[in-house]
Amino acid sequence: MRALTKYYFDYAATTPLDPRVLRVMSPFFNYSFGNPSNLYALGREAEQAATRARQTIARTVGCAPSEFIFTGSATEADNLALLGTARALKQHGNRIIVSAIEHKGILSAAKALETEGFEVITLGVSKTGLVNPKDVAAALNNKTILVSITTADSETGTIQPIKEIAHAIKKFRQLHDRSLPYFHTDATQAATHLNMLAYSSVVDMLTLSAHKLGGPKGIGGLMVRSGVKLTPLMYGGGQQNDLRSGTENLPAIVGFAKALKLVVRGQEKESRRLTVLRDRLERMIFKTIPKVIVNGHPTKRLPNFLNISILDIEGEAMLLRLDDKGIAVGTGSACNSQTLEPSYIIKALGLPYEYIHGSLRFTLGTYTTRESIDYVLKYLPIIVKDLRSMSPINLKVTGNKKTLSLPVAFVGGQTPHFVRGKKHAQK
Amino acid sequence: MLKNETKKMKPEVMNPSTGSAWVYSRIVKDHFFHPHNLLLTDPKQKQFNAHGLIGSPACGDVMRVWLTIDQASDRIKEFKWRTFGCASAIAATSMLSDMVTERGGMKVDKAMALKPQDITRRLGGLPNRKIHCSVLGDKALRMALNNWFKKTGQYERIVVEGTEIIDPITKVTEADIEEAAIEGVSTIKDLQKRTKVGIGNPECLPKAEQLLRFYNEKYFGKQSSE
Repeated sequence: MRALTKYYFDYAATTPLDPRVLRVMSPFFNYSFGNPSNLYALGREAEQAATRARQTIARTVGCAPSEFIFTGSATEADNLALLGTARALKQHGNRIIVSAIEHKGILSAAKALETEGFEVITLGVSKTGLVNPKDVAAALNNKTILVSITTADSETGTIQPIKEIAHAIKKFRQLHDRSLPYFHTDATQAATHLNMLAYSSVVDMLTLSAHKLGGPKGIGGLMVRSGVKLTPLMYGGGQQNDLRSGTENLPAIVGFAKALKLVVRGQEKESRRLTVLRDRLERMIFKTIPKVIVNGHPTKRLPNFLNISILDIEGEAMLLRLDDKGIAVGTGSACNSQTLEPSYIIKALGLPYEYIHGSLRFTLGTYTTRESIDYVLKYLPIIVKDLRSMSPINLKVTGNKKTLSLPVAFVGGQTPHFVRGKKHAQK
Repeated sequence: MLKNETKKMKPEVMNPSTGSAWVYSRIVKDHFFHPHNLLLTDPKQKQFNAHGLIGSPACGDVMRVWLTIDQASDRIKEFKWRTFGCASAIAATSMLSDMVTERGGMKVDKAMALKPQDITRRLGGLPNRKIHCSVLGDKALRMALNNWFKKTGQYERIVVEGTEIIDPITKVTEADIEEAAIEGVSTIKDLQKRTKVGIGNPECLPKAEQLLRFYNEKYFGKQSSE
């Protein structure tokens, strides 16, 4: 194994393909290469493989094989859930409820729907990153057609009270004798560590992605309960019950099924292993580095997530210093993003910008060991100390997260560029 | 031109422990990992004769510079700094410190005229999106020099940018008054002590007082006017 894999702490971005997954995929590139839509032997072989993969996934997710639609990514699955249901149900209502910490696949699709005349309600989260089921209940009305709340977000891994939210929606439906709104959850990050059976049973739609769980990139899927009305995004040959035209990506589908099967098989044990490692990383960082805070929920978090803010220094600088030692992490700092905007998810927790700029996200996975953790613990405190020694600021950790930044930071109209534009837009 | 730009952006450095190409130029990388002229221990009183601070932690970049200027030769002899920011911000300040102090020190007028492009050129280029926020060093330097002009009574040399001048003689700006208010100044007397506003030019005092009251109310509520 490459050292780079050993010190990879960005499993929330993507994961290495499990070699066992690669093995089952390979025949479908050039040996059993048929198109599942064709009737001759090669086509039938492909169709059987696709059916088997679909059955495996359906079993682990907890749905009928016909209730799972393969897509090109989780983003496409999210888009299908939002655009698909909204367009199919526009005569029944126009309100869509999402949370502020959804994946961009949800938020951008919701924004697009606003231009089509839909009303999007974006719910805030608590300072620990939780959506309040009561907020969901309060936002429901008889024009609401869809609620989409992530199972766990991609920055802090905070696990949302999906069952409670589902309960609130169910109660609303019963009270008003409606079958709407539908409830969708993006379980892309959560599927590696949470039992999907418990979630699929309370929602109408659920998004998954293969490359976050040791499968190949370029394949995701949407579980859609039968009876849910959906307009397709792709029009063509009518594959997958006319809901997602386009020749099935067979090697990826087979790989997706195998990856999911492997993950579920070892799920509890792996979650326990990573919890121990993650907790060690967290505990030791707090022990060796002053002025650190955890972003997200202290306990209701996926076992492989640790998102922290290290005050007085900036995330990209830390990321590049860690990279120099072969360690890969994520950051919510504006400097690291193409748009130069700080992480909207950490911002939704109500943290001031200077905390977001100093945020680091460690996400653990298959190849993370005690040794990988100790390797980080050997270098991170040195890097932090070094960067702090060259920093001109010395912020205090305040309990009051409501105050947005130090006022002195904005003297003479020095408002951050990412706020400036928005203020104008509001006016 | 597009070709040239992509060529400039092309990473030319390899990471020793990962073998992968680096996002910035070799010069940026060298300065980021081994910054020059850092001020590691807090300065003693009168160790330097000018000081400037620019940026904000909220924006993601803050630079602080300390200078020693030789008034006789009008040259900058020492440039020490600290920076909060990304790799390019750190590298850019480090490069600026070299530029200003090399060859016997830069003339003050030349230093006042430095532009971000002068720094990025010496760095071997920066990704386009990085330039506007990470190259603040020239501004911090001008602020320090302006402060030195004030201290040494060379008011005619002060150059003000991005804010309104309240006192045309001492070049005290609205931003200066706002900053003073935040740091607890609430009377015009204290403001004068701090900024020299209206000294020799009392006509600007009513406006200065009005601004001081405005910023006191803005940051601390109404108690100061009651």
